Amino acid sequence: MNHSLTREQMTTILQGILCLVLFVVLLQVWLLTATTNAWLGGDDSVLWPAAAASAACALVNCALLRCLNRLTV
Amino acid sequence: MNDTHPPAWRQDFPIDWPQDHYVARRDFTKFLVLTSLPFALVQLGIGLVNWFRRDRGRWPVRAIAPLADIPVGSVLSFAYPDDNDPCLLLRLDDKTLQAFSQKCTHLGCAVTPDEDKKCLYCPCHKGFFALDSGRPLAGPPRRPLPRIRLENRDGIVYAVAMEVNPS
Ligand code: FES
Repeated sequence: MNHSLTREQMTTILQGILCLVLFVVLLQVWLLTATTNAWLGGDDSVLWPAAAASAACALVNCALLRCLNRLTV
Repeated sequence: MNDTHPPAWRQDFPIDWPQDHYVARRDFTKFLVLTSLPFALVQLGIGLVNWFRRDRGRWPVRAIAPLADIPVGSVLSFAYPDDNDPCLLLRLDDKTLQAFSQKCTHLGCAVTPDEDKKCLYCPCHKGFFALDSGRPLAGPPRRPLPRIRLENRDGIVYAVAMEVNPS
């Protein structure tokens, strides 16, 4: 697919991917802060759901990175 | 100047800026994905640390002190469930004993009894907890202090379990 895209189109797609990755990383930062806050306060019920959510975020980011690599190959 | 040829300065300085921006953003995106993985690993690490710290639901039974040695109105510090978990035992009146974890449910500072206001006070961000129930009264804490379940066995006060009740 990448051979038919112009550089402007690729840059636009890249910016979209960058925004999504940035959003997901910010979500992870928030998750880590909220989890640590709850854990230090003695509430450990959120630890595993938060860990699963953060792992899912990392997977989403890996998938986005794969899209990016396919774009630039 | 001939329009079909790039200007002379361009030949001396042949940087393709749009391509440069593209590469910079792509590398930044890759860097962000790389930071995303440690975040997930740290979250998993917290879960594992918590898993190994808990005694998988079985609370130890620990003797605190003979009841006769705890005067009414006094406060005794002890450790429960292990030596790194400071707690407070309060004898509120003749018949009432209460024990709470000393770790503030906001960010984990040590709470101390506030004699004047009849509550537990956390000096870090001015958090207050009720003496009789451990529920938060004022300040940033939102969850009650974990309460230690006590038993009186032959005149000795024992800590037998910890009740964490997140609100
Ligand atoms: S740590 Fe106790 S109020 Fe913030």
